[in-house]
Amino acid sequence: MADELHQHPRFQAPQGRRDFLGLAAAWSAITAVVMAVLGAMRLPMPSVFPESASRVKLGRPQRFQAGSSTYFPEQKLWLFRRADGFHAISSVCTHLGCIAQREDDGQFTCPCHGSEFDADGNVKGGPAPRGLIWLELGLSPEGQLMADTLKEVPPGTLFTV
Amino acid sequence: MANTNGKKPPEDQVRPRGVGDPGAMGDFLSNLRTTPAAFRDSLIRHGRPTSDRARSQTVFTNFFMHILPVRTHVNSIKATTTFGLGLVTLALFMILCVTGVLLMVYYKPAVDQAYDSMLDISNTVPTGRLMRNVHRWAAHGMVACVILHMARAFYCSAYKKPRQFNWIIGMILFVLTIFLSFTGYLLPWDQLAYWAVTIGANIAQSPRELTDALGITSWFDIGGMQKELLLGSHYVGQEALIRFYVLHVMVLPLVTSIFIALHFWRIRKDGGLTRPSLADKFEESNALALTSPAPIKTYGLMGLMKGRTPHVNRELRNTITTWPNVIYVIAAVSMVTTLAVIILGVFFDAPLREMANPDVPENPAKAPWYLLGLQELVSYSAFMGGVGIPMVVILGLALVPYLDREEEDTGVWFSGPRGRRVAIWSAAFAFVVGVGVLWFTVSYGWLRDWKATAQVPQMVITLFNPGTVYVALFAAWSLAVVKKTSSTRMGAIALFTCFLVSFLILTYFATVHRGPNWDFYWSESDWPSH
Repeated sequence: MADELHQHPRFQAPQGRRDFLGLAAAWSAITAVVMAVLGAMRLPMPSVFPESASRVKLGRPQRFQAGSSTYFPEQKLWLFRRADGFHAISSVCTHLGCIAQREDDGQFTCPCHGSEFDADGNVKGGPAPRGLIWLELGLSPEGQLMADTLKEVPPGTLFTV
Repeated sequence: MANTNGKKPPEDQVRPRGVGDPGAMGDFLSNLRTTPAAFRDSLIRHGRPTSDRARSQTVFTNFFMHILPVRTHVNSIKATTTFGLGLVTLALFMILCVTGVLLMVYYKPAVDQAYDSMLDISNTVPTGRLMRNVHRWAAHGMVACVILHMARAFYCSAYKKPRQFNWIIGMILFVLTIFLSFTGYLLPWDQLAYWAVTIGANIAQSPRELTDALGITSWFDIGGMQKELLLGSHYVGQEALIRFYVLHVMVLPLVTSIFIALHFWRIRKDGGLTRPSLADKFEESNALALTSPAPIKTYGLMGLMKGRTPHVNRELRNTITTWPNVIYVIAAVSMVTTLAVIILGVFFDAPLREMANPDVPENPAKAPWYLLGLQELVSYSAFMGGVGIPMVVILGLALVPYLDREEEDTGVWFSGPRGRRVAIWSAAFAFVVGVGVLWFTVSYGWLRDWKATAQVPQMVITLFNPGTVYVALFAAWSLAVVKKTSSTRMGAIALFTCFLVSFLILTYFATVHRGPNWDFYWSESDWPSH
């Protein structure tokens, strides 16, 4: 009796051609649900960041003399003017995000784990995996120097006015 | 009270109702008078159990109690086997939920209000200081007990077949506990919290160390994506605070509760807690009738189960009634745990530094104690210490039940005297290696500090640093033990002991001997003052 029961179509495993529509419907539903869940997970990834604009104005180029170095604490960057141009170095240590301090001789030291960088930001010691980041410089429409704190340029790149 | 013969009441007991009939009013008044008893009887329909059979029936049918078996093996409540650690962890979780909800009444997850609400709770809210302290110590206690419970389960081979997946569930609970603790850590929004989470977020970004070295960051920046997902921003601010808050009070407790339920379900399905095979001997001739003769009643089929309950066709002699014996044990452990955290909460205040200040990093910015060992490793390489080694450790622990399938001597500490010796030797080995490598790096530095290797590429440092040295040496040691003892179980004991001892050494070292700039100091009194 149990054998007859299990011959009933309801107890058979779905078979390709015979049950195509049913299988297609079931898999479509499952795929739809999975895609919906994945789509919903897009929500926590922010598209707009609640920060002040990444591009910050630093002042007119004339304010800075050749050979000067100026620190902007809020933007965590150093602005240098050399004879042949400007460059900006971020003071955020590349190890874990502490603020590296600039010594009198121009070198940088990070207090958290002792990472050391030379005056151009290259790593000299400690656990930092790469040198301090050189930030992209530009000019705002009204002629102020502008640094983009989220854009990186190769070390040694100078911005000329 | 119920009709036992199943017949309807005879017609003449239904009184005719007419105008002025005092019967209905009398009914109403007598119903009103007897409502408390009727309510009690509708709530507890079987009355107070007065026999073992009735108590067993209650355990079986009660919604809250039927997670427990009707009879429990006597080994399950043996204090020297389990030390009650699982129960203590559960009790701490309950205490955390209760104190947590109370704290939520006053805590405000906004960057301009969080710190003030903490001051409020500590100084103004009635019982606020005690609740906060209890919450903090219960949190630390739960992390400690989860680790101790894991060690107990490991050393008693509680991961052997059929309990392999329950070990995995336990690992998931361990990770969830750490995340719960970490998300809670940010909420006070003091200097300690802010900088600890800044470090944590940068550790989440540390896969960039790898993608940079491979040159693929511009199109596959998994590190950056993780940090943005965690913080909702590029720095720790309001978005991060609310995300951590939601995770800490809702998402993680919910997920943890589900896994706790699964964990207990699995214990039932696996036949109870692990015990030595001798404890379960089946002697057909000794089957005793330990309960009073059954009353006349119809029996219903409760369910069909395959497997390993302690009592199917087994001798009842090594089992005890759950109610009252195990109930007593659960109550006792819960009470002692509650008392302990209350005493701690009364005498020791949870720390609160100055309000978070993004311009002034703490120096040293130390993670909570259970992450300090990792922080020591992170000081050599952010990726290896923060992501690489934890993943290796978790993967290794999760694989233990599948790499060690020997079935002898479950439920015995260290699987016997041979295992005890392996554990002692492994502890000694791990101690020497642990202290030795630390001493070496403190005295002589590491690759970048030496002239010959000052310019090595970052990849070399990521792959060859004190953390990876530990992993390599411990792996080699445990493989050697497997070979020498011809036993995967002994190798597993060796590896786990190495991990445990090195965890303790690193945690101690980072707590006591690391000061400002993460430099080595013999004690905190040697630290330079600001």
